[in-house]
Amino acid sequence: MTTTRWRQRVSSLMAILTAAAAGSVILPLVLIFGFLLWQGAAAINVDFFTHLPKPVGEVGGGMANAIIGTLILLGLASLLGLPIGILGGVYLAESRDRRLPWIVRFLADVLNGVPSIVIGIFAYTLVVLPMRRFSAVAGGVALAVIMLPIVVRTTEEMVRLVPASLREAGLALGVPEWKVVLRVVLPTARAGIVTGAMVAVARVAGETAPLLFTAFGNRFWHQGLDQPIAALPLQIFAYAIAPYDDWHRQAWAGALVLIVLVLAVSLMARLVTRGRVGAVR
Amino acid sequence: MAVVFGRAGGAGTATPTIPPLVGARRARRRFGDRGFREITRAAGLSLVVMVAGMAAVMVHAAWPSLRRFGWAFITTSNWDPVAEQFGALPFIFGTLVSSLLALLLAVPLGLGAAIYLSELAPRAVRPPVTFLIELLAAIPSVVYGLWGIFVLAPWLRTWVQPALGHTLGFLPLFQGPPYGVGMLAAGLILAIMIVPFITAVSREVLLAVPRTQREAALALGATGWETTRVAVLRYGRSGLIGAILLGLGRALGETMAVTMLIGNRPEISFSLFVPGYTMASVIANEFTEATSDLYLGALIEVGLLLLVLTLAVNGMARLLVWSVGRGPTVVRE
Repeated sequence: MTTTRWRQRVSSLMAILTAAAAGSVILPLVLIFGFLLWQGAAAINVDFFTHLPKPVGEVGGGMANAIIGTLILLGLASLLGLPIGILGGVYLAESRDRRLPWIVRFLADVLNGVPSIVIGIFAYTLVVLPMRRFSAVAGGVALAVIMLPIVVRTTEEMVRLVPASLREAGLALGVPEWKVVLRVVLPTARAGIVTGAMVAVARVAGETAPLLFTAFGNRFWHQGLDQPIAALPLQIFAYAIAPYDDWHRQAWAGALVLIVLVLAVSLMARLVTRGRVGAVR
Repeated sequence: MAVVFGRAGGAGTATPTIPPLVGARRARRRFGDRGFREITRAAGLSLVVMVAGMAAVMVHAAWPSLRRFGWAFITTSNWDPVAEQFGALPFIFGTLVSSLLALLLAVPLGLGAAIYLSELAPRAVRPPVTFLIELLAAIPSVVYGLWGIFVLAPWLRTWVQPALGHTLGFLPLFQGPPYGVGMLAAGLILAIMIVPFITAVSREVLLAVPRTQREAALALGATGWETTRVAVLRYGRSGLIGAILLGLGRALGETMAVTMLIGNRPEISFSLFVPGYTMASVIANEFTEATSDLYLGALIEVGLLLLVLTLAVNGMARLLVWSVGRGPTVVRE
């Protein structure tokens, strides 16, 4: 039965089956966004962005402290993770060493796959145990460790895209190598590096597990970097598993805000590259 | 010359009109180049130090438990913080079962979607669908968990589990009361979470298969699917296995959504309806309550097991993905 017609039928059948697979991968996306918009939009109001959480039993209040907390944590993580990550990426792209770059690249990819809760334990033993308290810094360190491999690898890719001719032009003018990298290579790759950084920020913005026992959460305003700090994902988690209907509503509102934040950063990352990297390639 | 030319192998001959660098200027340049190189190397090395440090620090913190229980830690199932008896078998069981269940559901769908997107779909369909699947990968775990608690679990409880119990209830897999939360819910949410990831990596692997492979098959008269099967899938096989392993690595370590849906009861049961517990969940739930060094050590040892497990799975996966074509490229998240 291997006539041409039969073979073509099998081919179109497989096209339909794989299309169905693609459809069923997307279906949960539609369902999740649908519920987020439906439940979240109903629960969100101005208080949500301006008020502290109310004590148990009282209806109302907001998650203003958690929104600010998340922004502070992302700032701390970027401050720690981005410089090291970008320099590491430059190293991987520029180095003429043989073995070390291979090891670094491999470890970066492997670190990328380490569960975030394990990274939380790492930050706990590194920062929380010596300081003897949960703190914003500990949360920032945990998130920075998660960002690091992403930033390293995207920076490397972007620096590699810079044409050798640009580099050679600089060197031929007698500019020292380090200056060529700083003044020619990095500015050329800037859009791509910024994209990588934003992808990394978007990835850690929703991280919950590594913050459970580092940033810990807080029901009040930010009180200093050496104190426990609230974070949007932590608050959503705490409210979702609590037995109060009003808290469930707020959890949906929080999830909607969080997803808008994450998607906004991801989409901006896309737009930044669209304009620039095409020219570099 | 202090200047070393880049990979293009700059073969130009130096013109005599450029004066050679001498004395202080030359020394300064060397110093600058050397310094810059060392700084970037230090940043690269910091990653190596970090991974090694992570393992060392965790072994140190887990030491009380490692010394006290030895191998019994992973072969016994009594987890009793009050009596300070710790056996992690139920958590290991829960992690493995929920992850395998997720793979069972996610692999056919993920591979199918990747094949559709890279081989069989009309050109116009590819970018928007790829974009949507990437959006799915950007949803935070805690949001999946929230949706799971309030939408997925009630749906399982009222519709799916009774129906499965009626039709397939004779199998030990589908016995017991329908709670909604439990192993089935955890496996389902994990599947939903890793499927975009498997799709994205598989798609990259398939795109890395050289075009000549396809052209050769098409020139021999193969249909679209035959080309895919004979020329593309076979060529990319190791990379696809790598993509699946990367998905497995994700599932093993996934914490929040699973913690919210698996029911958190340290029990080993063959029924998918029964609540379970995973390694990541027990850490998430009990870490801040651990009062004694031994209790904390036991939880960190669970984390250490998780680290070793995911390092092994991911290490293998990366080597397989790299082996297809382009070598170490960025795997987009």
